[in-house]
Amino acid sequence: MNGEDLAAIWLTAKLAGIVTLLLLMGSAPMAWWLARTSSRWKAPLTALFTLPMVLPPTVIGFYLLLLLGPNGFVGKITQALGLGFLPFTFGGLVVASMIYSLPFVMQPLKNSFEMIDARQLEVAATLRASPWQTFFSVVLPQAKPGFITATVLGFAHTVGEFGVVLMIGGNIPDQTRVVSVQIYDHVEAMQYSNAHALSAVLLLFSFCVLLLIGMRRRGNYFVN
Amino acid sequence: MNDLKKMTRTIFSVACICLFVTTAAQADNIAVAVASNFTAPMKDIAAQFEKDTGHVVKISSGATGKFYAQIKNGAPFEVFLSADDTTPIILEKEGFAVIDSHFTYATGKLVLWSAKAGFVDDQGAVLKQGNFSHIALANPATAPYGEAAIAVMKKMGLLAMLQPKFVQGENISQAYEFVSTGNAELGFVALSQVYKDGKITSGSAWMVTPSLYPPLQQAAVLLNKGKEKPAAKALLEYMKSEYAKNIIRSYGYEIP
Repeated sequence: MNGEDLAAIWLTAKLAGIVTLLLLMGSAPMAWWLARTSSRWKAPLTALFTLPMVLPPTVIGFYLLLLLGPNGFVGKITQALGLGFLPFTFGGLVVASMIYSLPFVMQPLKNSFEMIDARQLEVAATLRASPWQTFFSVVLPQAKPGFITATVLGFAHTVGEFGVVLMIGGNIPDQTRVVSVQIYDHVEAMQYSNAHALSAVLLLFSFCVLLLIGMRRRGNYFVN
Repeated sequence: MNDLKKMTRTIFSVACICLFVTTAAQADNIAVAVASNFTAPMKDIAAQFEKDTGHVVKISSGATGKFYAQIKNGAPFEVFLSADDTTPIILEKEGFAVIDSHFTYATGKLVLWSAKAGFVDDQGAVLKQGNFSHIALANPATAPYGEAAIAVMKKMGLLAMLQPKFVQGENISQAYEFVSTGNAELGFVALSQVYKDGKITSGSAWMVTPSLYPPLQQAAVLLNKGKEKPAAKALLEYMKSEYAKNIIRSYGYEIP
């Protein structure tokens, strides 16, 4: 494994770590709301947030390239804010990966929130617990398995991302050349031994992740 | 009544078989791997070829290096239109293509192109100014046009300066896509992608001086899987016809 391969591994780990952290913080409130609400927006919003799970990565990549670019709606906003354009940058990959991995973080959180008995929250409220106190001392301990599953799945799914990165990444070392793209490059250039080494790392990693969740859950990966 | 039913059924089956046999005899499917830069002209040529012969041309486009790897690993292509003339020869030598079947069908041209009008001057001085954040090219490890782009920048002495601004497309089509969507301000693409009937179709371009890069001789070759297939040979012959040559020229290629 050469320096470029190691750089790709580090970049991938950094990307997956940041994306998972941001997704956990960002999607938890929404997952909470979706788990408790009976609003008529519940179904359409759930469908919207689940979309990245079924959409081909090419569709996500194509729309992001158009949206984030200089002619796109989001691109114009980021430009006006002085952030420049997101395609071909690490920040762009973070945004893309957050969309791509969203359902894998939100779904386990929502499931775990749904299983919390509403009466416990009412009791906490009658005992004058603030919403934050309720969250930390009633919700969080019970939803912990959901958070763990969300973390592991979000991280692993981002590591496995390929199509979206290929479409908006531009294959830049230390910026957007993640492990999956590096493997693709090696295979295309017929450097099979390099491809083997990196692929083996990913294979082992993915197996360990699933094993980890499986040992905790004995079976179903998505429900507690 | 029963006899009638039987008879209709027999007639129907015979008709079905006839239909099947005639179409099978007339039309053959030809699997063709095409270097991305030549996709558009190949589609035009294939359409006319299909009309003339009744065969069906199945086009797959991608980077030359990728097709080389795929063909070596058993890809079902019968004809290969490469973006260079070395890959077909290597395939012949390695026993994946019919010996001496390769011929140059076009000489490609490299162009520095921007979707914005007036951004690229006709001397390529924009490269020295460097007033852009991204320059797109095809992956030089697998795409001859990417290799040519590197050669140009090296010869101009700008490689080190421009390298941090590189965005690499997986093949020349993706490099074009990066530029056409405006995500990269400019990029090295194939002339055929931005040229039709004598002029650049949009934006601004510099036709890179041919002495700055090794000639992009693009060769076609008959692969082993197409060896026994008259339709595949017919297609390769068709590529040499005046009609095909005119289409190829209209996309800005030269014909040796």
